[in-house]
Amino acid sequence: MRHRPLDFKLLAQIFITFFRIGPATFGGGYVMIPLIEKEVVEKRKWVDSKDIADVFALSESIPGAIAINSATFIGYRLAGVLGAIAAMAGIVLPTFCIVVVLSLFFLQVQDHPKIEAAFVAIRATIVALITYAAITIGKTAAIDRTTVTLIIITVAAIGLVHVHPIALVIGGGAAGMVIVGIKKKLRLPIKFDKETQSPFKYKDYYFGEGI
Amino acid sequence: MLWDLFLTFFLIGFVSFGGGFAMIPLIQEEVVNRHNWMTPQEFTDVIAVAGMSPGPIATNISIFIGFEQMGFIGAVISCLGVVTPSFIIILVIGAAFNKLHNGHAVKSAFYGLRPIITGLIIYTAIMFAVNNGLFASFSWHTLSLLLIFAGSLAALLYYRIHPVYVIMFSGLFGVAIYG
Repeated sequence: MRHRPLDFKLLAQIFITFFRIGPATFGGGYVMIPLIEKEVVEKRKWVDSKDIADVFALSESIPGAIAINSATFIGYRLAGVLGAIAAMAGIVLPTFCIVVVLSLFFLQVQDHPKIEAAFVAIRATIVALITYAAITIGKTAAIDRTTVTLIIITVAAIGLVHVHPIALVIGGGAAGMVIVGIKKKLRLPIKFDKETQSPFKYKDYYFGEGI
Repeated sequence: MLWDLFLTFFLIGFVSFGGGFAMIPLIQEEVVNRHNWMTPQEFTDVIAVAGMSPGPIATNISIFIGFEQMGFIGAVISCLGVVTPSFIIILVIGAAFNKLHNGHAVKSAFYGLRPIITGLIIYTAIMFAVNNGLFASFSWHTLSLLLIFAGSLAALLYYRIHPVYVIMFSGLFGVAIYG
């Protein structure tokens, strides 16, 4: 893969393919997954249909947006580092332009009384949106007593003691490994997730999931 | 300042497991509490605008904040900062693909990560509710905000209306009653 001569046509194809997917959806995340699958598996035949699930699974388990990750990963498999760059640029660029334009627009109009009035209401809606995200992700996280305890500890740790969220995230990963290790030693049953398919198989996604 | 932006979003990008709203408390901690780049209320507006744009919300937030702080260059730098960690990780593990995602270690880590992320989002929801006056002392204004909150949550949770429409409708409603 690394010693392949520069294939500008392929790089351009990678860029254009993901560029077209980029602006197609609001909310990003899992909404983009079926679109990516259709493009790279059915149309371009870049990835086998049995491999694509692995690509998404891996993209989900590393930090960052699942759509950007899977695009970058597919680009990397096709054409090495340059392919990864082409894919990532392709999927990020449309969004980038739209957000810059929207930000510019918002900063121009934000002091207008009508806009201010709109945002008084919108702020309450954003609180609802975050609550909604908490409920939805909570459903997949709170699978046993241990995980429910971890949720409570987290809220207390950040709310009362003000532990930095980054420390909590790193600690959470470590705690997961330790707890699973101990449970194994004690021969306690462990359930990693609810008995469902991977989330990217769902037609039913929640906004912001996997972003 | 540019370096600050890059580093802040680079750090955020590195720990953004589970995605989406899981990143918001991290961004809030860095942007509002540590760097004082904006007030909690302004940060709520950023999320609203980011939520109305297509694409991943955390990336959108980074672009908006970068743009607000340092213009176009700031937007580019923040966006690069937030996506670079995943880029590096993909290059590093790209070769070892297939062995990782089924790995027991990854599953175990996520067993602990998911509840932490849930806790962070719950905390964020509470903080946002406080900062945006949902828990303020009783007044008709507070009551109207609570009603908008309840209506939006019902629209999202039970009627499964797309968030973009919920935000837009809420905005129109705001113009009608507060305008």
